[in-house]
Amino acid sequence: MKPAAFDYVRPESLADAVALLSRSDGGAKVCGGSQSLGPMLNLRLAQVHSLVDLSRLDEMRRFDLRDDVLRIGGAVTHARLEDGDYPDVTRGLLPAVAANIAYRAVRNRGTLGGSLAHADPAADWVSTMCLLDAAIVLVGPKGERRVRATAFFVGPFTTVFEIDEVVAAVEIPRFSSTARWAYRKVCRKPGEFADAIGAVWVDPAHGVARALMGSLDSMPFVVEGVDALAALRQPGGLARMLDDAGVTEPYEREVHAAMLRRALADVERPFDTSG
Amino acid sequence: MNEADAKHIAKPEHGVGASLRRKEDARFLTGRGQFVGDIRLPGMLDVAFVRSPVAHGKLGAIVKPDGLHDKVFTMDDLVGVKPIRVLSSLPGFKPSDQWPLARGKVRQVGETIAMCIAPTRAQAEDIAAMVEVEIDDLPAVVDMLAARSATPPALVHDDWGDNLFLQTDTKADLSAIKASAPIVVRRHIRTARQSMAPMEGRGVVCQWDSRLDQLVMHSSAQMPHINRAGLSECLGIDQGRIRVISPDVGGGFGYKGILLPEEICLAWLAMHLKRPVRWIEDRREQLTANTNCREHDYDITLYAQNDGKLLAIDCDATVDSGAYSSYPFSACLEAAQVGSILPGPYKMDAYACRTWSVATNKPPILPYRGVARTGVCFALEIMVDAVARAAGMEPHEVRLANLVQPDDMPFDNITGKHFDSGDYPQALRCALAALDLPKWRARQKTAEADGKRIGIGHAIYCEQGAHGTSVYHGWGIPMVPGHEACAARLTPDGILELKIGAHSHGQGMETTLAQVANTVLGIDEAQVRLVHGDTGMSPYSTGTWGSRSAVMSGGAVATACKAVAERVRHIAAVLLKVPAESLRFEAGSVVDPASGNRRSLAEVAHAWYRQPQLMPKTIDGAGLEVTVGYKAQRDTGTFSYAAHACAIAVDTELGTVELLDYVICEDGGTLLNPMVVDGQILGGLAQGIGTALYEEMPYDDEGQPLASTLADYLLPGATEVPMARLEHMETPSPYTEFGQKGLGEGGAIAPPAAIVNAINDALAPLGVEMMECPVSPRRLRAALRAAGVHEREGA
Repeated sequence: MKPAAFDYVRPESLADAVALLSRSDGGAKVCGGSQSLGPMLNLRLAQVHSLVDLSRLDEMRRFDLRDDVLRIGGAVTHARLEDGDYPDVTRGLLPAVAANIAYRAVRNRGTLGGSLAHADPAADWVSTMCLLDAAIVLVGPKGERRVRATAFFVGPFTTVFEIDEVVAAVEIPRFSSTARWAYRKVCRKPGEFADAIGAVWVDPAHGVARALMGSLDSMPFVVEGVDALAALRQPGGLARMLDDAGVTEPYEREVHAAMLRRALADVERPFDTSG
Repeated sequence: MNEADAKHIAKPEHGVGASLRRKEDARFLTGRGQFVGDIRLPGMLDVAFVRSPVAHGKLGAIVKPDGLHDKVFTMDDLVGVKPIRVLSSLPGFKPSDQWPLARGKVRQVGETIAMCIAPTRAQAEDIAAMVEVEIDDLPAVVDMLAARSATPPALVHDDWGDNLFLQTDTKADLSAIKASAPIVVRRHIRTARQSMAPMEGRGVVCQWDSRLDQLVMHSSAQMPHINRAGLSECLGIDQGRIRVISPDVGGGFGYKGILLPEEICLAWLAMHLKRPVRWIEDRREQLTANTNCREHDYDITLYAQNDGKLLAIDCDATVDSGAYSSYPFSACLEAAQVGSILPGPYKMDAYACRTWSVATNKPPILPYRGVARTGVCFALEIMVDAVARAAGMEPHEVRLANLVQPDDMPFDNITGKHFDSGDYPQALRCALAALDLPKWRARQKTAEADGKRIGIGHAIYCEQGAHGTSVYHGWGIPMVPGHEACAARLTPDGILELKIGAHSHGQGMETTLAQVANTVLGIDEAQVRLVHGDTGMSPYSTGTWGSRSAVMSGGAVATACKAVAERVRHIAAVLLKVPAESLRFEAGSVVDPASGNRRSLAEVAHAWYRQPQLMPKTIDGAGLEVTVGYKAQRDTGTFSYAAHACAIAVDTELGTVELLDYVICEDGGTLLNPMVVDGQILGGLAQGIGTALYEEMPYDDEGQPLASTLADYLLPGATEVPMARLEHMETPSPYTEFGQKGLGEGGAIAPPAAIVNAINDALAPLGVEMMECPVSPRRLRAALRAAGVHEREGA
């Protein structure tokens, strides 16, 4: 399959990109590494009037380390996060997640912002950002706004950003030196989308205790609080979370429970910062 | 000779038996191969097909878009073109008419309905999207058992009265055994429908040569001469006016052993438009529209004594053949082969099998690497393990009690298959020793740190290859192999050109056949050029399929080289002034052993072509160019065989399977090139692992394919295929030129049986058996759940 004809635009700046989107009345679509949009265009599942390519905008490939957050540009590729080209504030979580996204060829092109904007419930960054409740930075004609990840995703492939807004950056909270995390997923083959993701982040110094089930039919399901995590370890705890998350199919209940159970066990083990 | 001595014998560097690096790899690895998709012709148009969105329906009006009527073609435009219709002489066989573009009905999703032309594929797809097709949906026939029942959902072919291409029955009476057998094991076994997935899909480029008054078709094909014959039948033009060229082919495995509807369409277009046209299959067409393979169903019972001795097999075997009978193999090859090979490498007293080749509203099936053997080996070997569990024996003990023994060879089995040679029990012992069965049995008794369950499994098969007329004539299909030809020419500068009609789709024949020439003529392999894949330049052949090229093309090349050698000897005898009989071939020269005088092949050729005045008037004028044919001493085929053994770990919580070790002991007779053979075995193993654990082309109740990209259709890759350990035995076939046996398909035959036997070994304490492949996590968890195995809370 070959895509239907479309215009291809590579704006010089983020401001130009936003201006283009504002003028296009929804006929233009932003692309990053095109690792999801590209195949959809080829299969003609998506058709656009024009593609606005943000993947080479320098201002979106930067990082900015602040006291409490690391701001990562939306056009940063998975591969650069995997390779540690940016300071890690997550005690190895981001590089570890990045290293297991699809295949290296995909990671070389696919971008953090593109993945979040696409909002595939099985995508690793979608679960990771929900686990961290990272701030998604949107830039539009009215300037910049921040949306928490758990509020950013409305549902599968649906987010709150407007057609003239761009996922310009993500703000990752800085972990304390005693923070612990675990991220488990099961795939039919390494590199395929996960059938189930289980993730845990505990950072007592910051009062954080969060657990997540990802790659559901709906967006990731998060519980938070020390008591909530303790309840998950009790008999029936995971079953209740599955009920609350609306997971009914037996196999899906089994693998989602298994992934989160294993992640909960991982955070109890001696911590290996190599991830 | 003992084993220690054997290991000290130097491996040959040239000729038969040398692990010579493949000559073709230099161009493949540096991007200089030429595949159909690389061909560019001036003025070439791209073709996109309008394909059926439904599995079964009455075809109504096809409305071409305004202003584009001359860019869109339907069957009504293809005046005089006939449907693909494969006849067989098997009693009761029903042929199907497959129109190159649908006429009357559509019978599968993806069936070609119209073709659209444009300067680019994208533009052709734009036009295709504008073509309106009216289809009145009919109930889809999706499940093979429902299809062959007394009340099928519909008839795929209205005038048949049922949905059966063919039914066979051995009509054996098992009543005495049934009444007395102490062990009776009955199971229902299934193998999934698969999509064959060569790296290169199909592709066709067609043009009309007005000077030669000839259609020239480039097609990614395994058997160009057969495609030529089929095109001639459907287009109504004589074969002399058709030339089929198959350039480099990026994998076939049976997927390219077919006359395509698309080939007929493009041939007509090229003749009609008088300009070049091209269609390159994309992965979506390959997955959702074009031929599949492997879908078998077995209701099978084994009867045995308490000591594991097999008494009889009784089986109802059904094959989902899809909507049409493909050219040339027909829809009946698969099921009829099941009936003839189900007894495997074993002895037994009685055998009964009924087979059904069933028409459904799915793509036709083709014989994929191993053909029916992969399904048969799976069904039989799973059953042998079930018998072992019933008898309380180790599975290999049951096998050893029933395998044909070396002293029996050659052996005519219960279906009349003539096993040529070999030591089957030794292959099994070799594989189990290499795996170290006691080590794994000991580990199995201890708990794994990660909670997984260890399983050990193995399987054994024999593979008939290079079988000829006596096996195939009874089928009466458009392709009955009998003989194989080779044209050989020594050029004036001493290069040997070999022309054969078989075609390499990755087998390395440019190297292995040059090695054959080296063994006969002493010529360096670098001085040998293989010309193949072109009906205009090669002798007729049924092509490359059925593990036949090493035996048949190898035999033909050897025969041709011997004929050339005779001619060379007579010319050299004149030059060296000695009797021809005394001359020997050595490292590219002809040598007189007495004097040590020699003439190189180049000098002999130079003398013959450029200095004919040196020759006496009486010399035979036939010269240094021959075309000869070859027939094996017996054409019932060679029987290579192998035992596969593996150790696996099952995560019962997730339903996943990890391969921990995999060992293969193979006997391919004399190996033309052991390295190429290893490659064949390892590639086949990868495909077999796909069958065992990953590959499945599911259809919904409406006959819609549910895997339309490689994200849905899972192929094994580097992370799924372990580095298998290979052991070799070499029992030469008594019937072939060098003792070589066909073995190209073997690697893909045993893995599903060996792996699922290992899974069942791991799950035996839980009372769970897997009887269907692929063993996906969902399938494995469902079986465990049904057995009440919830190892953990939470679900």
